[in-house]
Amino acid sequence: MEVVTRMDGKKIRVLVVDDEEIVRESLLGWLEKDGYTVETAPDGRTALARLEAEPWSIVLVDLKMPGMDGMQVLEESRKLRPESVVVIMTAYATVDTAVTAMKKGAYDYLVKPFDPEELSLLILKIVAQQALVQENLLLRKVLKREYRFHDFVSKSAGMQAVFVLARAAARTSSTILIQGESGTGKELLARAIHTESPRSHGPFVAVSCAALAESLLESELFGHERGAFTGAVARRKGKLETAHGGTLFLDEIGDVGAKLQLDLLRVLEERTFDRLGGTEPVQVDVRVIAATNRDLRKAVEEGRFREDLYYRLNVIPVTLPPLRERREDIPLLVDHLLEQLAVEMGKTVQGVSADAMAVLIASPWPGNVRELRNVLERAIVIAPGSILRPADLGLPLPSAGDTGGGDEPVSLEDVERRHIAHVLRRTGGNVSQAARLLGIDRVTLYNKMRKYQLRKDEEDSAAGR
Amino acid sequence: MPSDSVCLWWIGEAAAEDRVMEEARVQVERVFGVSATLARRAERPSGTLDPRRGQHLSAGILRWLVAMRPPGATKLLGVTDVDLFIPILTFVFGEAKLDGVVAVVSTARLSGDAGGGSPRVSQARLVKECIHELGHTFGLIHCADPRCAMARSVNLAHVDAKRATLCADCRIRLSELRHGGGDAYGR
Ligand SMILES: Nc1ncnc2c1ncn2[C@@H]1O[C@H](COP(=O)(O)OP(=O)(O)O)[C@@H](O)[C@H]1O
Ligand SMILES: [Zn+2]
Ligand SMILES: [Zn+2]
Repeated sequence: MEVVTRMDGKKIRVLVVDDEEIVRESLLGWLEKDGYTVETAPDGRTALARLEAEPWSIVLVDLKMPGMDGMQVLEESRKLRPESVVVIMTAYATVDTAVTAMKKGAYDYLVKPFDPEELSLLILKIVAQQALVQENLLLRKVLKREYRFHDFVSKSAGMQAVFVLARAAARTSSTILIQGESGTGKELLARAIHTESPRSHGPFVAVSCAALAESLLESELFGHERGAFTGAVARRKGKLETAHGGTLFLDEIGDVGAKLQLDLLRVLEERTFDRLGGTEPVQVDVRVIAATNRDLRKAVEEGRFREDLYYRLNVIPVTLPPLRERREDIPLLVDHLLEQLAVEMGKTVQGVSADAMAVLIASPWPGNVRELRNVLERAIVIAPGSILRPADLGLPLPSAGDTGGGDEPVSLEDVERRHIAHVLRRTGGNVSQAARLLGIDRVTLYNKMRKYQLRKDEEDSAAGR
Repeated sequence: MPSDSVCLWWIGEAAAEDRVMEEARVQVERVFGVSATLARRAERPSGTLDPRRGQHLSAGILRWLVAMRPPGATKLLGVTDVDLFIPILTFVFGEAKLDGVVAVVSTARLSGDAGGGSPRVSQARLVKECIHELGHTFGLIHCADPRCAMARSVNLAHVDAKRATLCADCRIRLSELRHGGGDAYGR
């Protein structure tokens, strides 16, 4: 009989909760000799404080205690430490209390006094199982470490190359240009590079160049002196100054107008700029990371983007492929995003069912990872259980005809068209909501609707075969 | 600490089996490298019987042993024939506090017929349990090796699987514990 007292180099910790001192002492003495770290608590409240303060592998709780009883401790423990195994100790073998306890998440129950063999076997069983769980967690962690760059996860070969490049680039102050469709993780990558860089103690400041009219964007970036224009009642620092010592992320750089392109060129060349209405040039130390979902090269050729600025930006080019071109990332991303969302939303999420994963992998994802995240977030809200099922996803499910095999290959555009039509139907023609779900902006959605000749009240006649 | 001196007392209700106690004494000397003595006491622990369970509270016996310990004895082992229990368990073969000075072992459940029930088998079991409980007083905890005297035994089959000696690991731990340098269990 192998006695496992350690997992992952850490001692197994057992908390004994009983109002009778003699019970606490004898269990403590007995378990200690097996090499476990044992602590005792005389009542429910002390137990919860101990549960909150430190992790426990096993909690042995007496059912009948004055004040907070064992059932309450069990319930609280499931919330505080879902990973801890709770065993209920009871003086009488009442079937209903035992059943209730098991329903509420107790691992097992023991009737006092226990047969030493029963206690010994139960503890060994729990420890062996936990060692297994721990091993799986460890394995997952190792995998994750290899497949991630800070919060950015990916296992696709192309992205692994991006990680290598990003790590190297992080050590320099060179300008980086990240290109990729909306929702492919451009801002996330920029943040990861910042975190990895020697500037990580400085600020990360993000500015979206598409969101604002040119004059507003100018004042946003460069700040202004008092009285620079009507309404400029006080001097205001711009984002460039705020980013001093850190990283400035210029999103949608392809949307910047001619005047601002020139000003930015000067910033990149001289690291100086003028506040609006200012007379003295201001010196800044910033690393610039720019991003765009447009083809900047083409914009240069068409004369819409300054070539000199393009070269200043394109010192280290990084391209993020769309999600549909790296579907092997989807399971990894789902796992990662669910973990994040579960914390943000305060929900228990175990994962997605196998058939739901198949649907996720097959989806076209025009809005890329942002859309995937939105779909998962919504699914968590509406899912009745902690495992997400295909119906919770609100994505078109493969019809019998689709899985029949030997069917015609479908073009990506066709899939995208059908998917957008489906989302529009789901949202009852609400374009803003559909755009949010798809992870693209409204303008992009309208463009795609025009391209595919879809209407808001899309009946999806073509796809509804 | 070569000056450890272990005292073995028969504190049972029936008459002592001198031959068995002598065997236990010899084995204790061998295993722990101490000098061990046998003594016969007229007194018996009192008030340790739980009338409802018909068993004796081992903690009560340990308390009595602490009070009665002769000045020269660094460890005192009581051997009894009454059935022992700790409140949470149906029975125990014996009990000792880790790093304590006293231990108790009971013969009451050692003569079951699992091993044929011969007196020779029960005697061997008693010796193993004496070594086991004394081991606890020296700071040894349970050993993963089922053949080691420090293996946890919750039934007679476990006791019979053990040998009346410590495994190599436990011998090293024991010497670390006794010479104080010890982080014997990496605690
Ligand atoms: N590879 C990735 N790993 C983890 N999360 C990602 C990844 N790519 C994108 N995301 C998530 O998807 C969403 C959109 O990413 P974002 O960086 O804003 O995209 P972009 O700037 O390209 O539009 C964010 O919530 C981001 O955290
Ligand atoms: Zn023991
Ligand atoms: Zn051993």
